[in-house]
Amino acid sequence: MTSTIAPEDHSPEEAPAVAHEGLEARAAVAERRRGFLLGLPAMVYLTLLFVLPFFIVGVYSFATRSATGSTRLSDWNIDSYVKLFDPLVVGIVWRSFWIASLTTVICLVVAYPFAYYIATRSRAARNVLLVFVMIPFWSNFLIRTYAWRFLLGSDGPIAQASEALGLGTIRVLFTPVAVAIGLIYGFLPFMILPLYAAIERMDWRLVEAARDLYADGWTAFRKVTLPLTKSGILAGSLLVFVPSFGAYVTPEILGGAKTVMLGSYVVRQFQQARNWPFGSALSIVIMIIMLVALIARQRSGAREL
Amino acid sequence: MRFGIRPGSTLERAMAGNAWFVYAFFYAPIITLVIFSFNASSRVGIWGGLSTTWYANIFRNPEVWDALKNSLVVAAVSTVVSTIIGTAAALAIDRYRFRGDRTLDGILYLPIIIPDVTMAVMMLLFFARIFAFVDSFGPRLSLGLGTIALSHIAFNISFVAVVVRARLGQLDKSLEEAARDLYAGPWETFRRVTLPLIMPGVLGGALLALTLSLDDVVVTAFVAGPGSTTLPVYVFGLVRRGVSPEINALSTVMLVASIALVAGSLLVQRGPGRTSDLAHELAQE
Repeated sequence: MTSTIAPEDHSPEEAPAVAHEGLEARAAVAERRRGFLLGLPAMVYLTLLFVLPFFIVGVYSFATRSATGSTRLSDWNIDSYVKLFDPLVVGIVWRSFWIASLTTVICLVVAYPFAYYIATRSRAARNVLLVFVMIPFWSNFLIRTYAWRFLLGSDGPIAQASEALGLGTIRVLFTPVAVAIGLIYGFLPFMILPLYAAIERMDWRLVEAARDLYADGWTAFRKVTLPLTKSGILAGSLLVFVPSFGAYVTPEILGGAKTVMLGSYVVRQFQQARNWPFGSALSIVIMIIMLVALIARQRSGAREL
Repeated sequence: MRFGIRPGSTLERAMAGNAWFVYAFFYAPIITLVIFSFNASSRVGIWGGLSTTWYANIFRNPEVWDALKNSLVVAAVSTVVSTIIGTAAALAIDRYRFRGDRTLDGILYLPIIIPDVTMAVMMLLFFARIFAFVDSFGPRLSLGLGTIALSHIAFNISFVAVVVRARLGQLDKSLEEAARDLYAGPWETFRRVTLPLIMPGVLGGALLALTLSLDDVVVTAFVAGPGSTTLPVYVFGLVRRGVSPEINALSTVMLVASIALVAGSLLVQRGPGRTSDLAHELAQE
């Protein structure tokens, strides 16, 4: 952002470029240094408290658990990774995967028409409708999950109402269904917001053009709207799938002994089981799934361009 | 036909129905919980008349107050620090080309999507190693409010940076160029032009950081020492033991606090239109 002080006329070609070359180069260096200094605190902080811890987890996953439960950073081995293929662990990973997938698909199916609907209202209505999505987005996740524990409990309002109406008892709490409900409830705003953003900034003239060229409503949606909102679909799916896959609070509150998910299993390795190397290896699995999801999104996004 | 769907058509009505269903799904559980927090009966699902006993109980409980105090201290510290670092990072990435800018951009996105269990494990092992290293020189460090605040800053920087960047992206750069043309130095331009313009974004980011810090359970539980329990960790401990009318009351108080924060955020950001910035940024990243 160097400003050459040109008199009267402002045509850049006539600025005495040669005389200012050294000055401009120096200004460019100063600019780069300024940017670097501004970014430096975040870079240092995240290197120390994010990147470095990431590698420490990697190192721990090859360490040895002693008989007392403490971790010995020696006798490096891959026992923790071998243990990942234990049928019990494979079962937990598989359960986490399908519950997270189910959550993502249901969120997408519900959120797409919802986001489409609010994004196509008048500006004033849109703002009000959006605020009522932001409130659950900003509300305490733990409390929102607890609300379902309260609702679905054997002594809760739903059970009482169904008993009073003679519908018998409904057992949902501590099943995968309860966990999925809790995850959908928790993460639905994370699907709605990117979808809303993508639909809102769409150029509707393109849909009109498709209709003018005799595409029926469905074809226009499939060939124009859907590809144009793909970034929102991908972003929302990522923001729902990854946290659901590693979820801990929700399965812990709404799930039972038979619905253990990966997140809870990891915590158990650090608390009750005291097997840090194995807990680290399990964390690495979550990170790999996260990176695969990120790369998958990056690539399908790149193809679009 | 502007939006491709005819007003009043069956499809539009179905979408309106879906929208009302989503709102009911969002609010029915919360509202039920709030109503039953005033239930006099100790059997939580049966209505036994109005009462504020449970509120009196939680406000008399010293554990609640201690946990709240810890939460507020950690949230205040982590919000201030992460807002400064995050805003600087957003400015750096949005305005400058420098060595490592793409790396910083990439790393900044990860704490947003990483599941909190993974983040918790990373923080625990990090502090375990650091402590083992420092202890070998003499001083004895331990987990506590300090480690909780350091961990919260680690994930909050990214959220602040995202919100501030959304705001920076909408700025008219010619205003800053005009200031520079009028001989304002870089610092003066920042203080008098850029900062006032991005202030709504900075405050929005700070409020998001504050909320996330006040909500966090998993990371905090991993890096908390004895006596440094925060409010969500305390509530989580109660919730695991089952449903109780006291938790209902405490939940209501926390929900009201969250909603007050959203209202505050909408006010400082002047209109809910700004809240969609975050949505746009999440969609683009």
